Amino acid sequence: MTTTLRRANASRARHRRYPERPPWRTVALTAATYVIGFIFIFPYLYMIITSLRPQTELQSSAILPRHFDFSAYRALLSSGLLHNLLITVLIAGGATVLVLLVATPAAYYSARFRFRGRLLFLVLVLVTQMMQPASLLVGIYRQYYVIGGLNTVWSLILVNAGFNMAFAVWILTAYFGSIPRELEEAAMVDGYTRLGALRRVTLPLAGPGIVTALIFTFIAAWNEFLVALTLTSTPNKQPLTVAINNFLGAYSIAWQNLFAASVVATIPVIVLFAVIERKVVSGLTAGSIK
Amino acid sequence: MLTPLMWIGPALALIGFAVAWPVVSMFHTAFLRVNSFGLVEGGSGFDNFRNLFADQAFVGVVERSVIWVVSVVVITTVVSLGLAQLFKGRFPGRRATRWAMIAPWAASVLMTAIVFKWMLNPTSGLFNILGHHLGLVGSLNRADPLGQANTAFPWLIFVAVFVSLPFTTYAILAGHSSIPEDVHEAAKVDGASPWHAYRTVTLPLLRPAIVVATLINIMNVFNSFPIIWAMTHGQPGYSTATTTVFMYILKGSDIGESAAMSVINFGIVGLFTIVFLAASGWRAEVE
Repeated sequence: MTTTLRRANASRARHRRYPERPPWRTVALTAATYVIGFIFIFPYLYMIITSLRPQTELQSSAILPRHFDFSAYRALLSSGLLHNLLITVLIAGGATVLVLLVATPAAYYSARFRFRGRLLFLVLVLVTQMMQPASLLVGIYRQYYVIGGLNTVWSLILVNAGFNMAFAVWILTAYFGSIPRELEEAAMVDGYTRLGALRRVTLPLAGPGIVTALIFTFIAAWNEFLVALTLTSTPNKQPLTVAINNFLGAYSIAWQNLFAASVVATIPVIVLFAVIERKVVSGLTAGSIK
Repeated sequence: MLTPLMWIGPALALIGFAVAWPVVSMFHTAFLRVNSFGLVEGGSGFDNFRNLFADQAFVGVVERSVIWVVSVVVITTVVSLGLAQLFKGRFPGRRATRWAMIAPWAASVLMTAIVFKWMLNPTSGLFNILGHHLGLVGSLNRADPLGQANTAFPWLIFVAVFVSLPFTTYAILAGHSSIPEDVHEAAKVDGASPWHAYRTVTLPLLRPAIVVATLINIMNVFNSFPIIWAMTHGQPGYSTATTTVFMYILKGSDIGESAAMSVINFGIVGLFTIVFLAASGWRAEVE
């Protein structure tokens, strides 16, 4: 353990030294990355700028508005969009809870035990990770038509949970697998049952993995659009994405109101995503890039 | 037998209900005749497929899907290789720029597409205003760039590349971090030029990362719906629609034919899944 740590520290120290290259090159490369970074956040900054533009300046040819105006946000508070936000929170929250409830035991068991059908189960999970609702849309629609689940929140919770569970199983299996089983065994020697050891020792150590799975599922369900567009038909059951899309159908689009709603729908997830940024790649590529 | 089921049973049940059921239901619907009220009027054999293939728009939609997937994925991979090269170095403020880069990945693709639609607005869109200020555009009133396929489709590809870049760049950066520093130093000692060293040493070592990221992108881009839907609805006609968008539009008029399109899309995704499993070394992963 200590040698690994020391080696990790040594390699980090070696990396931290800036490479030897002429200073003007470092300056140019750094400037280039700032410009690129700016390009990537620009659409979202522009979203904010437009949401603060007064109605009268929407057609103006000035890039920045002369006055900032919060009336689009006040309009948001008094419009039905708050209800759509609530639907989004219910869908994303419900799907996240469901995913954690079913993925955690499955991942723990597959990481700890070799049982018959384990390989089959993990391949099945990998295959579901490759599947997206878009290629199964008609099937999804017919399913909920037949069982009476059209235009309901629970159907969207189930679809989002089903299609995002694979990522959680993958990332959690990797985390549980990396926790030495001796730790659990020691706890069991101390008188804990297996479940007690799992709860007191293993789960806390797998915390970062659980947080990653939680945030990833939440964001994916929060952003989901196509299935919600297909399964819902009345505004009181539509999440924010569908409600925002409805703006585009209007004869004259109220852009500043549209973008006030978009800011609420977008900025929180960008901030949340920054928390798990590094771990997501390994989960999505199922560890094939080490 | 019973104990494993207690632990993995709930996960299996969720997969069965939310994923497997739609697969069966989709195949079933593709061979049914369903009227516009959603009522089943009996089996239809291969009629739905025959109708689909006979549809005037079908060939164009398939060709466009191929152009869509190939151009978005190729451009994304090439640009990401460059971005990863730039971002892998150490420089002040690296963390902040990397965070800026994830924004299009975290944000809903629908929102990003809507912002670009607004920036392309023919009267007061940002691109138009900028062009006017720079003297490139004479009048502020010009044709809608999203109004016809030959100008709209390149913009749709641009937005799809824009939202695909962060994940791809991150995947390639993960590949970079697995290459030991000594390899680069060895190449330098041998007197290889930077470009030669990149081509013969770095690129082959990045191969696994590139292959996996590319396959994931192929599936994401193939299944992509919000960009085209928000910006053009696949219009005018079906001239900016891919098979995924076409399937969605068909659902409104003939759900059987839409299911047939769905089955074909599903088959293509299935094919890529097999390639992905083979390329990602899944066996080593699960064992």
